Amino acid sequence: MAGSLRALRRRIRSTQSTKKIFSAQELIAGARIVRAQARVEASKPYSREITRVLSALAGSASLDHPLLTERENPRRVAVLVITSDRGFAGSYNVNVLRRTEELLALLRNEGKEPLLYVVGRKGETYYRFRDREMEETWTGFSEQPGYENAQEIGRTLIAAFTAGEDDDETGGGADDVLGVDELHIVFTEFRSLLSQVPVANRMAPLVVEEVDELRDERDAQVEESHSTDITPAYEFEPSAEQLLDALLPKYVTTRIYAALLEAAASESASRRRAMKSASDNAEELAKNLSRQANQARQAEITQEISEIVGGADALVSANADD
Amino acid sequence: MATLQVELVAVEKMLWSGEASMVIARTTEGELGVLPGHSPLLGELAPGGVVTIRTESGEDLVVAAHGGFLSVTERGVSILAETAEISTDIDVERAREALRRAEQDSDDPEAVAAARRAQSRLRAAGQDA
Repeated sequence: MAGSLRALRRRIRSTQSTKKIFSAQELIAGARIVRAQARVEASKPYSREITRVLSALAGSASLDHPLLTERENPRRVAVLVITSDRGFAGSYNVNVLRRTEELLALLRNEGKEPLLYVVGRKGETYYRFRDREMEETWTGFSEQPGYENAQEIGRTLIAAFTAGEDDDETGGGADDVLGVDELHIVFTEFRSLLSQVPVANRMAPLVVEEVDELRDERDAQVEESHSTDITPAYEFEPSAEQLLDALLPKYVTTRIYAALLEAAASESASRRRAMKSASDNAEELAKNLSRQANQARQAEITQEISEIVGGADALVSANADD
Repeated sequence: MATLQVELVAVEKMLWSGEASMVIARTTEGELGVLPGHSPLLGELAPGGVVTIRTESGEDLVVAAHGGFLSVTERGVSILAETAEISTDIDVERAREALRRAEQDSDDPEAVAAARRAQSRLRAAGQDA
């Protein structure tokens, strides 16, 4: 009896100390979300401006840039998966990886060969454990991604995409390097603190995503100038084609950066939720355990009393016999 | 007096926005000044360049902008830069150090880009680069 009481007390102590760890993690994740959300917000003016510039350019330049043209017969496809470096984030990584598997199955059905590019240690471990080939991995920045990380990823992907331009059935084509014909990205979109959804997007060939606000603005402008019906004639320095060459890779990088930031915010939100329920569970467990411990202690006391009473009774009856 | 609505946007955040009377920048084609009423223009900023924003009060705001674009519309001017620093925030010693380091291995394209960045920072701070 006494043994079980001691064991219960030990379990209570260890549950309480794990609970402390969980709630500390929860607080850290909470602080990180705020910072991550601020970074998402801060990066928006740039992506809005670059989209605006690109739309202006699209109106004036001939759009036959390789990053904009559909390839006739896409065979190899790059898939960039954004996962976290650390665990303790609930279903965050599982969801992204499941979405990726869906995309991969879809691409294979279309007769394309998907190649994996993985961000985050968790994704890397997942694919390595399953002996799946990865083209490239990046780790160490999933919680606080910087623009230079996005640049590095962007460079790799765009290089692969450019190399894929002249590939044919037999091999790497003129430059003898096997590249890819499409770029896809899978990341977790941060909708709100409570909802983060894994999404898969195609990055290249590009579809310039017009910001809603921008479209409204343009509609307003069109209304203003419907009689003249001309877009403002831009001057270009250097030529529009050269500008497009310089701008498009930056646009892709901006999209990757935005995805990394969203994923970081989602990761922290997921982690906070997971840690909150973990610490709630730990508290519940500690409460149940201390109930059992109290019961055991009470049983021990009752037993001691009945032993004493029993002993006293025995003494009394022994004396009475004398 | 007419003014320009200027926005200076770096990738990570909006650095500055406000009214200005003139913007001076160097594109890959050459130096250029933008006054209110300028016709719409898109330009690529020269690497290692400096952008000067003359505010309404006549003060000059000098910015080291690297890897960016200049867009002039009827609504104003936006300067997009991958990295941008306002001259008053620039640590001259660190920029010099970065330049020295970058010049040591001049074959690496990364180092060349770093050297350009350091040069533009030094120029913006009013130092010789």
